[in-house]
Amino acid sequence: MNEKLINLMADLMEEETIALVKELIEKGENPMDILNDARSAMEVVGKRFESCEYFIPDLMMAGEILRGISDIVKPLLEKESGSAKKGKVLIGTVAGDIHDIGKDIVTFMLDVSGYDVLDIGIDVPVATFIEKIKEFNPQVVALSGFLTLAYDSMKKTVEAMEAEGIRQNMKIMIGGGQMDDEIRKYVAADAYGKDAIAAVNLCKQWIGG
Amino acid sequence: MGTTPQELYAEREKRVLDTLALKKPDRVPILVMASWYPAKRAGMTIEEVMYDPEKLWKSQWDCMIELEPDMDQNPFGLRLLGPILETLDFRQLKWPGHGVAPNLSYQFVEGEYMKADEYDRFLEDPTDFMLRLYWPRVFGALKAFEKLPPLRNIITYAVGTPFGFGAFNAPDMREALETLMKAGERSAVIADYTRRYSEKTREAGFPLQFGAFSQAPFDILSDYFRGMKGSMLDMYRRPDKVLKACEKILPFAIEMARGGAKMSGNPRVFIPLHKGLDGFMSQDQFDRFFWPTLRELMVTLINDGLTPCPLWEGNCTSRLEAIKDIPAGKAMYAFEATDIFKAKEVLGDRICIRGNVPLSLLATGKPEDVTAYCKKLIDAVGKEGGYIMDASAGLDDAREENVAAMFKITKEYGIY
Repeated sequence: MNEKLINLMADLMEEETIALVKELIEKGENPMDILNDARSAMEVVGKRFESCEYFIPDLMMAGEILRGISDIVKPLLEKESGSAKKGKVLIGTVAGDIHDIGKDIVTFMLDVSGYDVLDIGIDVPVATFIEKIKEFNPQVVALSGFLTLAYDSMKKTVEAMEAEGIRQNMKIMIGGGQMDDEIRKYVAADAYGKDAIAAVNLCKQWIGG
Repeated sequence: MGTTPQELYAEREKRVLDTLALKKPDRVPILVMASWYPAKRAGMTIEEVMYDPEKLWKSQWDCMIELEPDMDQNPFGLRLLGPILETLDFRQLKWPGHGVAPNLSYQFVEGEYMKADEYDRFLEDPTDFMLRLYWPRVFGALKAFEKLPPLRNIITYAVGTPFGFGAFNAPDMREALETLMKAGERSAVIADYTRRYSEKTREAGFPLQFGAFSQAPFDILSDYFRGMKGSMLDMYRRPDKVLKACEKILPFAIEMARGGAKMSGNPRVFIPLHKGLDGFMSQDQFDRFFWPTLRELMVTLINDGLTPCPLWEGNCTSRLEAIKDIPAGKAMYAFEATDIFKAKEVLGDRICIRGNVPLSLLATGKPEDVTAYCKKLIDAVGKEGGYIMDASAGLDDAREENVAAMFKITKEYGIY
């Protein structure tokens, strides 16, 4: 474990972090260890977000640094990391709504937290949700929506899951601009999460990890 | 209580202006941002009202007559957008028939319409940047403009003139210019309806909430040029450029507000705010990138005799102390998800506040719950004036009985 690397990245020092990664690679450091350190740094970032020390721009910046590290390190790895994923989450923005920023941040945070995340995109029709849920068989379904028009789309998506008999096998969380606990009740989801870290915590609670 | 439309107009206007000036009015005023609610109420699709000015007029008018708000909105500028967007092949929105279904609101298409390495070109000559780089990206029909030479070099008979206009001869440029003339016709229609609607509402006894529009410089940069992700990363990677761009944009934001107010004769400037809210940046970033130019915009408008009316979207509870710092009794702050009770505590003696009956409640709750929530607002936030009842954001999908309940309780229970 390289404390310096973890601290630089957790402090969002992009140039310094990337320079150090290059230096470590040149010195023959194991690329997998570097990637693991980057993940540890992301955990620190997540904690700082939770304690309101970091905000969305910080998450985005951390994501950029992680991408930069992956670009350098991944080609050197023989195969994708063998570490088993903690569980499966399917995420999408519901029908009629084309917003993706919030969904993308949640996807990213779940991914770096070790979950196997399938992002099925924006403006996803109910039928597509059902089809993809059946294929992927996730433990958690995350419905994203920014506008009030998403209320009914979310409700219909959950109702269709009921009708297809797949509702009881999974947990449903909702999030996005106009969402709150009232809407959680309205759409009959299991939880509302106010941000990406809340989404990660819900997954931890529901499927462990 | 007055009976003629003129008396009612004066009464309603005074009610809102007294509240704005932090004086106690006769009752809590109620204003709403109707958004697409009037169309839905009238059984019209969003597509219909975006394209048909008569339908837009009728739906907004009927809703106003039924609800009798203290001030209404002129819907044409932000709603009759179908024809002009279509003419210009606008790329920054999806709207009914163009990417979303007939009954869905238009939605913004995020993107880096200005690239990270284009700050210097923008800063050097924003108009040149707009004409030759930005317009071709956001208006598909003006793509040919990317082939224009820098027009600032066309100065006189020998300097620029002989060859400078050659680009205007190309077939795609001729087409783009034809499109501009057509867009001009569309604009004229919007302006004509806007003017006539304002006259009619005045005659009917309803003042209008806003007469102009502007935005925070950081929001203009982030929303339309760099995108949310781009602008957020820029705060780390090129902070000085972000600050310079905000300062460059500030005079345009002021100009926009002054122009609108002059044209409409209405001093209230609507300023929806997007990227400065809690969670979207740290307090340090807010104090550095967002607030200084927004504050200067608002203070400049106040010194001009105008009234900034920002809508603090999302939750801005952590910003309350910072945003208090403007002249007292000269602005109207609308809040969406901010803790409005806390807002009253912090801003109560300085700035009139407005909002925030949750849309989730209005769209999915029961009238009695709405009534209870509004009562609580009137008791705690309406105390001694300085408060305007409103939903947290545009009414859109609110239930009719819930909207009616919000108006009823305000007019009955909101009397001082």
